[in-house]
Amino acid sequence: MKFGVIQFPGSCDEVDALNAVKKVGDAELLWHGERDLKGADAIVVPGGFSYGDYLRAGAIARFAPVMEAVIDFANDGGLVLGICNGFQVLCEARLLPGALLVNANRRFTFRQLELEVLNSGGSFTQGCALDQRLSIPAKHSWGRYYADEETLAAMDRGGQIVLRYAPGENFNGSAHDIAGVSNERGNVFGLMPHPEHAVDELTGGSADGLKIFESMRLTVEGARV
Amino acid sequence: MRARVLIRPKVGILDPQGEAVERALPALGFAGVANVHVGRLVELDVEDPAQLEGMCEKLLANPLVEDYEVQLLDGNAEHEAPRSASLPT
Amino acid sequence: MSEDPGGATASSPAVESSPAAEAPASAQQPTVEDALALGLTHAEYELVCEKQGGAPNQVELAMYSLLWSEHCAYKHSKKLLRTLPTEGRHVVMGPGENAGAVDVGGGIVCAFKVESHNHPSAVEPFQGAATGVGGILRDIFAIGARPIAVLDSLRFGEPGAGAIHGGGADKGAVDDDAQSAMNAGVRAHVGARTRFLLDGAVQGIGHYGNSIGVPTIGGEVYFEAPYEQNCLVNAMALGLGEREKLVRSAAAGPGNTLVLFGARTGRDGIGGASVLASAELGEAGGDEDKRPTVQVGDPFEEKKLLECSLELLERGLIVALQDLGAAGLTSSAAEMASKGEVGIDLDVAKIPLREPGMEPFEVMVSESQERMLCVVEPANVEAVRALCEKWEVNSAAIGTVTTTGRMRIFDGDELVGEMPVRALVDDCPLYDLEPEKPSAPIYASPIATLDADAAPREALLALLASPNIASRRPLFEQYDAIVQSRTVRRPEQADAAVLALGLDRVPGGEGHSLTSADGGHGSAAAGGAHDPATAGEGPPIPALAVSIDCNGRRVAADPYTGTIEAVLECAANLACVGAEPLGTTNNLNFGNPEKGHIAWQLTESVRGLGEACRALEAPIVGGNVSLYNEGATAGPIYPTPVIGMVGRLPDARKAGRLGFAHAGDAIALVGPFAPALAASELAKLHGEALPDGLAEIEIAAVRGAQIAVREAVRAGGLASAHDIAEGGVTVALAECCLGGNLGAEIDLGADFWETRSLSGTSRGSVSPVTPGVTETGIRAGLFGEGPGGFLVSGAPAALRALGEATPVRTIGTVGGEGLRIALPGDATVSATLTELKAAHGALAELFG
Repeated sequence: MKFGVIQFPGSCDEVDALNAVKKVGDAELLWHGERDLKGADAIVVPGGFSYGDYLRAGAIARFAPVMEAVIDFANDGGLVLGICNGFQVLCEARLLPGALLVNANRRFTFRQLELEVLNSGGSFTQGCALDQRLSIPAKHSWGRYYADEETLAAMDRGGQIVLRYAPGENFNGSAHDIAGVSNERGNVFGLMPHPEHAVDELTGGSADGLKIFESMRLTVEGARV
Repeated sequence: MRARVLIRPKVGILDPQGEAVERALPALGFAGVANVHVGRLVELDVEDPAQLEGMCEKLLANPLVEDYEVQLLDGNAEHEAPRSASLPT
Repeated sequence: MSEDPGGATASSPAVESSPAAEAPASAQQPTVEDALALGLTHAEYELVCEKQGGAPNQVELAMYSLLWSEHCAYKHSKKLLRTLPTEGRHVVMGPGENAGAVDVGGGIVCAFKVESHNHPSAVEPFQGAATGVGGILRDIFAIGARPIAVLDSLRFGEPGAGAIHGGGADKGAVDDDAQSAMNAGVRAHVGARTRFLLDGAVQGIGHYGNSIGVPTIGGEVYFEAPYEQNCLVNAMALGLGEREKLVRSAAAGPGNTLVLFGARTGRDGIGGASVLASAELGEAGGDEDKRPTVQVGDPFEEKKLLECSLELLERGLIVALQDLGAAGLTSSAAEMASKGEVGIDLDVAKIPLREPGMEPFEVMVSESQERMLCVVEPANVEAVRALCEKWEVNSAAIGTVTTTGRMRIFDGDELVGEMPVRALVDDCPLYDLEPEKPSAPIYASPIATLDADAAPREALLALLASPNIASRRPLFEQYDAIVQSRTVRRPEQADAAVLALGLDRVPGGEGHSLTSADGGHGSAAAGGAHDPATAGEGPPIPALAVSIDCNGRRVAADPYTGTIEAVLECAANLACVGAEPLGTTNNLNFGNPEKGHIAWQLTESVRGLGEACRALEAPIVGGNVSLYNEGATAGPIYPTPVIGMVGRLPDARKAGRLGFAHAGDAIALVGPFAPALAASELAKLHGEALPDGLAEIEIAAVRGAQIAVREAVRAGGLASAHDIAEGGVTVALAECCLGGNLGAEIDLGADFWETRSLSGTSRGSVSPVTPGVTETGIRAGLFGEGPGGFLVSGAPAALRALGEATPVRTIGTVGGEGLRIALPGDATVSATLTELKAAHGALAELFG
């Protein structure tokens, strides 16, 4: 299986994501300026500060040529994972509901966090157990997830709220402690914490993030069968 | 034509930047301050002002969480009424 | 000659008054008054006239005034710096280039350097600190190394009564209530400004480092009254590069083209170098007119610039590279020409500008950020410009390398200024310092915040909550410490930051690996990430360790010994993670060197620096000097030679940790530790005056302890290792408990209280502490400070093995609900983990 990791001007964690997914499959960086996904089976939109977070985080990146291909890919059911800035890009691109706002504490905050898995049946979490705790670091200043109550209720009913900050861990003020959400169809998933920074104990303090990439591989390979 | 777009957080959404400013002003000796909100300003020259709304909807504002107001500046400083985007269905 | 801090503004009065529409700039003849306003002395101006064969014009004077400023020319420090050791078996690039570099094995070098941005940060802390980080990062990739980490070293005034444990009634000030209240009011005002500077600086560092994708992995901050009006913001950066591909800055090849790339040039920081960096600052709050000269940074622009520069180098498209920092294009072009012993012709009309109507001298001295200058063979210029376009970075061919040995500045066809390169760069006069040991104390005693009779338990909690010791978590949580996936030890996990080698993005490579330096033990799989190290399996993963340290108050007590202590502190921190020092960088932050007592501090400090670096075989590979850090009314800062040290350890999996790990582990005090209360944190809390001198250090014995600890960490027999620093052994024990969330039962031994005395002779009026079993003796034992002490934990056999190389004293066992230390006479000092944690978290309230 092959992952494609998008690279925008200003992406910071794209090589980290690349090296993380290489533990699970092949992978290649995809340049923002080209509409070519190079045959990737799954797309990762990585963390960082694409376009300097100018105007709003992700607001400009969503219009990059490569994103046109990503949107088509997602509409066709392809797997798309957005991490941190990637999550912001996917919300701006309307591939995911809601928006990410400035942290309630207004500060960039970096912390190793505990997350709870609320939906373990999906394409990105099938390798996890329900209510399992994942130890994954978060580092951001615009990570407060917002959607209006009606939308949140619908998401809840539809199993789209996939990851939640464990009690006491929500430093950004996200509605309902939401850490990661999927679209209705379940093939697009965004989260603020960084699973690519939790793939080996030596540098990550935990390898729980691997479960997400593993789940994606299972989904892709399962679909092939 | 010169245009100015004011972008504000939607009422009801937590605005910690506005709150921080509201807390800081009295500490500097300015009393009687309330209801502070912090937004963004974009100024641009446009040939076709009719396109401004589309620009706001698509790029300059995030209609999910922000309201925007377009002002046309042409010496007379005409104003358009503040405009809120409707929620996506 | 003292400078008028308010006089030198954005540009001198005479040159500013001539708009571009009138007489061409080159016809404007500045006067000696203009020269003085720009920071030159009479004598220096005369010398410039001599070199020029006549009075310099506007462009020429502007360029000389910057390159001959203290900040650029090191007029008062260069002779001293030449006494420092700069060579060693690991050194690949020494002082004089954009950054120094040491070999870390496998054909890879680590480039590193520390620099200051003190004056701009005092004026606008966010941008001052941010652009400080931007500047030091450019120095790293200017030599072809990819930046992999940042550390910061900060100094501010006291943060205010709220952050001081047990603050309240002012102990130690005049008895008069009104005076107390006024003091408290002043301190509150100062406290608010300090918090403003601290908050801004931390946000600025975070903003720049986080946005550009370089982790901020460590640092230090001290709060002392002498820094109130002169805060210090020093930024250190590290990078990795291939030894064979390092780039130097010497311009070469007459006929080659100079290409400027990066951001457009505006009026940022015009005159910054001479106005801000070499002048004493005026009253706090009166710096409004200095704001226009502060540079504004854009990390996104620099990220593009970084990738572009590294790709240009990877493709072999450029001959030489230099970043633009202080004094902008003037210093970059001049230094490139000087190193290459060539001349340069520049055309300011070709430079992409952000603002219309800039005069040639403004273009030459602008400090607009995120710009680089390179030398390119004419055949490659097209390719260079195309690559810049790919990365969305402006570029322009702006000049030519010549054989004239002169800098010639054109505006289109018109020659608007010229000078011999040598005159500008090399012929700046260097001054001898006139050191004079002060006969009276320079610094006021710290304000007491703790009763002289405070019991040990109260003293412990007060120390843990004091701004110099409390947890820095509220600061370092604002930094991304893990991007690039190398970080093995994050802040507060160990005494030094640790970065794994092996997973990398060396210039041009996308995930290609570094080979291990341990002679063929095998390396990370080519083309991909290194495999996770499960316990003991797989090849060792070499790693770098970094520390940045300096206790300015102790340097103030004894510049020579205090500086040796700072160097030893860095090496001790490296030893605690298992690393051996490779090289050192330093930022000398001092007051006005034209004053005898400051000259004395500087001379003594450099003497200590040289001796310590020689003894540890950790030569200086580069650094920075920041002088004139004095307020008009507040006096000089503590002499603060900030030391940054890089080391290497053979296996990241064995990197040490500072927190206790297992209940039941034995705890030992290791090394020739001879604690004394003089100049300690406890003495500061008690409001004691600085002593005149510190105890002499037996460097060899301290080094022996460091090596012993390092080897024990590497062997894997220690569960934890922690260097004893501020607050002495008791604070260090508390930190180990907090780090591991485990208590400890401690008995230092009856003879610890009775037989301890200073290990060597002391100079000046320090009296030896021979405690017997007095209260002072107990305090000195518990909280006394000095180099050479470590706390380690592990299996008793492993601890005993250390004893063959250095003094080892088993002092207790890990376990229990808190820290409990037995005192003579059945007394104890104790506190629960909860209490320790609460005290240690005191800084959180500084960040609303």
